[in-house]
Amino acid sequence: MFRSMWCAMALAVAALPAQAQESDTAKMREELRQLQQRLQQLERRLQETEAKSGKAEEAAQRAESTAAQAAAQASSRPQTESALNPGVSVILNGVYGNFSRDPNTYRLNGFVPTMGDVAAGRRGLSLGESELAFMSNIDHMFRGTLIASISPDNSSIDVEEGYIQTIGLSHGFTIKAGRFFSAVGYQNQIHAHAWDFADTPLAMKAFLGNQLNEDGIQFRWVAPTDLYFDVGVEFGRGRQFPSGVDRNKNGFGSTNFFTHLGGDLGQSIAWQTGLAHLRTSPQDRTFGDVDSAGTAVTNSFTGKSRLWVLDGVLKWSPNGNPTYNNFKLQGEYFRRNEDGNLTFDTAGAALTDGLSSRQSGWYLQGVYQFLPQWRFGYRYDRLDSGTTNVGLVNSGTLSAADFPILEAYQPKRHTAMIDWNPSEFSRIRLQFARDYSRLNQPDNQLLLQYIVSLGAHGAHRF
Amino acid sequence: MLAWPAGAALNVFACEPEWGALAQELGGDKVSVFSATTALQDPHRIEARPSLIARIRNADLLICSGSELEVGWLPLLLTQSGNDRIQLGSPGYLEASQYVVKLEIPKVIDRALGDIHPAGNPHIHLDPRNIAKVAEVLTGRLVELDHANADLYKTRADSFAKRWQSAIEGWATRAAALKGVPVVVYHKDMSYFINWSGMREAGALEPKPGIPPTPSHLAELVERMQRNPAKAIVYSPYNNPKAAEFLSERTKIPDVMLPYTVGGTEKAKDLFGLFDDTIDRLRATVK
Repeated sequence: MFRSMWCAMALAVAALPAQAQESDTAKMREELRQLQQRLQQLERRLQETEAKSGKAEEAAQRAESTAAQAAAQASSRPQTESALNPGVSVILNGVYGNFSRDPNTYRLNGFVPTMGDVAAGRRGLSLGESELAFMSNIDHMFRGTLIASISPDNSSIDVEEGYIQTIGLSHGFTIKAGRFFSAVGYQNQIHAHAWDFADTPLAMKAFLGNQLNEDGIQFRWVAPTDLYFDVGVEFGRGRQFPSGVDRNKNGFGSTNFFTHLGGDLGQSIAWQTGLAHLRTSPQDRTFGDVDSAGTAVTNSFTGKSRLWVLDGVLKWSPNGNPTYNNFKLQGEYFRRNEDGNLTFDTAGAALTDGLSSRQSGWYLQGVYQFLPQWRFGYRYDRLDSGTTNVGLVNSGTLSAADFPILEAYQPKRHTAMIDWNPSEFSRIRLQFARDYSRLNQPDNQLLLQYIVSLGAHGAHRF
Repeated sequence: MLAWPAGAALNVFACEPEWGALAQELGGDKVSVFSATTALQDPHRIEARPSLIARIRNADLLICSGSELEVGWLPLLLTQSGNDRIQLGSPGYLEASQYVVKLEIPKVIDRALGDIHPAGNPHIHLDPRNIAKVAEVLTGRLVELDHANADLYKTRADSFAKRWQSAIEGWATRAAALKGVPVVVYHKDMSYFINWSGMREAGALEPKPGIPPTPSHLAELVERMQRNPAKAIVYSPYNNPKAAEFLSERTKIPDVMLPYTVGGTEKAKDLFGLFDDTIDRLRATVK
C-alpha cells in the first residue's frame, strides 16, 4: 500500500511540471501572436510616416546643415564631467643606433663621472623613453603639470616633472613648486622630444648629469619693461648631480640664481640670453675609477661646487613667419669650480686630501629649415677639463695614474642631423656624430629616430 | 623703457591684427594696443618669444580669436606672464570666437585629418557681422575695466556700429557679384568670408589643414579644375604664393592675394579697408 501511495505521489509530482509546461506554451503562443500584431501595426505606421517624410526630405536636407551646425555648436562645450579632465599627451620615440665603440664604455675623460645616464644611446633598435604628460589649470590660482617617463626595459616610471605653478599672481611674479627642470642654461629646461638633436650637448652631460630636474621651489619675476627681463631663484633638494647623493637634511641642497634678457630685432629676429649660477655642496659624491694597479675603486668628493652657465638663442624667420624657412642659433658656455676633499678608495685605503678643479665647456649649434617640413643642423661641442689639483697626488701619497679619469683632456664632438617633420606632431631624424669623449678613442655614432606626440597640443618654449 | 605710453588708460594685447584694429576703433586714445602678430605671420605658428611675454605681462586686456588658433603659443605666454588680469576667466581675457556662430565644427576629430580645430574654424573675423558682435562684447569689457571712460567707449561704440552697419550694406551690394562664384583657397582661413558673400569653396591648396601643398595634391587639383574650373585662387599674405601661382599657370585660373587681416595689403589699413580691399580684389579677379 505504501508502495502504491509512493507511486501515485511520484506520478503526481512528475505530472505537475508537465501541466505547467503546457499552460506556459499556450501563454507564450498568445504573447507571440500579440507581438506579431503589434509589429504589423508598427510597420504600417512606419510606412505611412516614411511616405509623409519623403516630401519633407528636401527641406529637411536644407535645414540639416544648419541644424548640425547648431547641434555641434551646442555640443562643442562637453557637458560631462570628463570635460574637466586634464589635457593628456603622450610622446613616443624609437631609435636605431650604430656605434663604432661600445656605448657601455662611454665616459667623458677628464671629468668626474656624473650619476645620471649620459651614454649616447644603445646599439641596434630600441624603444626610447615614452613620456606621459598631464596638464591643466587647477583653479584660478594654480596650474598643474605632471610629466612621467616610462623606461622601456625595467618598466620603471620616473617623474620627470611634476609641479604646480601660480597663474593668479600679479606684478610679474610666478612661483613654481615640485619637481621641474631647473632654469640653469637654455636646453636644460626643454624636454627631450623638443630638442633639435637626439642627445644633449657634452657640456650638459659633464656639468648637469645630462639634464637637471630638482625637487624644489622657484620664484621668478618679469620686469615691466618692453625688453624682456626676468630674475629668479630656485631652492632645491639637491637630489642629483652635481649635488650628489640624496641627503637627509632639513635645509636646501642646491640654490640656483638666474636671469634672462630677450627681445626682437625688427620683425625677423628674436633673441634671448640667460645667465645662471648653481651652487651646491656635494657630500660623499661618489664615482668609480681604476687605480694604478688596475683595481676598480670608488672615490668620493665632499666640498663646494659652483657652476656658471651663460646661454644665448637667436631665431630668424622671414618677417617672423617660420612656416617655410627659419634658422635657430643656440649656444651655451658652462664653467664650474669645485673645491673640497677627495677620498680615494672609500671601501679600502680611504685616503683623504684636497681637490680643486676649474672646468669649462661650450657648444654652438645651428638648425635651418630649408623646406617646410625639412631641417638640417650642425652642432660643435667642446669641453676643457683644465688641470684637476689632487692633493693626494701633489703630496706624493698616490700618483696621477691612480686617477685616470681625472687626467686632463679636452673632449669634443661634431654632430650633423637632418629631420623630416610631416606635421607638428611627428619627426623623423637622422643624426651622425663623430665623438671624442673618450681619450684617444673617437666614436662614430649614427642614430635614426622617430619622435611623435599624441593628444593635447602642447605649447613649446621659445 | 616702460612698456606702454603713460597717457593711455588700458593696455590691450591683441593676438591678431584685426582685434588690435577693433580695439583701436573702440578705445581711441584711451587704449594702447599691441598686436602680437602681423598679417605676414601665420597665427597658428608663432613663437612664444620673450618680447611677447614682456608685453603680455603689462596687459590689462587680452583679445584673441581663440578656438585653439593660438594653442601653440598663447598658453605659454599666459603662464609666464605673472599677470592675473588677463588669465582665463578674468574680465581682461576675451576670446572673440566664443561670441559668434562658428563654422566647420568637425564631426570627426582625428589628427589624421590634419591640424583641425575641434571647436570650429577660428578665422571668424572675415564675416563682417562677426566684427559687429565682437565689438559689442569688447565695448562691454572696456567699460568694465576702465569705468572712468565708460561714456567715451559707449559713444565710440555707437559711432562704430553705425558706420559698420552702413559699410556692411555697401559691401553686401558689391559682393552680390561674388554670389555662387567658386574659389580655391590656400588654407581654410577664408571660410567666413566665403560663407558671408555666398561664394563657394571649390578646393584647398593644402591637402589637409596645416599640411603644406604637395605635388600630388596639386596635380589632383589641376585635374579637378580642368573638369570644374573655379573662378579664382586665393591666398593670404602669410602663405607662400608658389602653390597658387603653379595652379594658376596650369589652369589659367587667376590667382589673387587677399589681405586676410588688417595690414595684409596697403589698402587694408583698418577693418573697413580690409573688407573694401578683399571685395575689390575679388571682383577685379572674377569679372
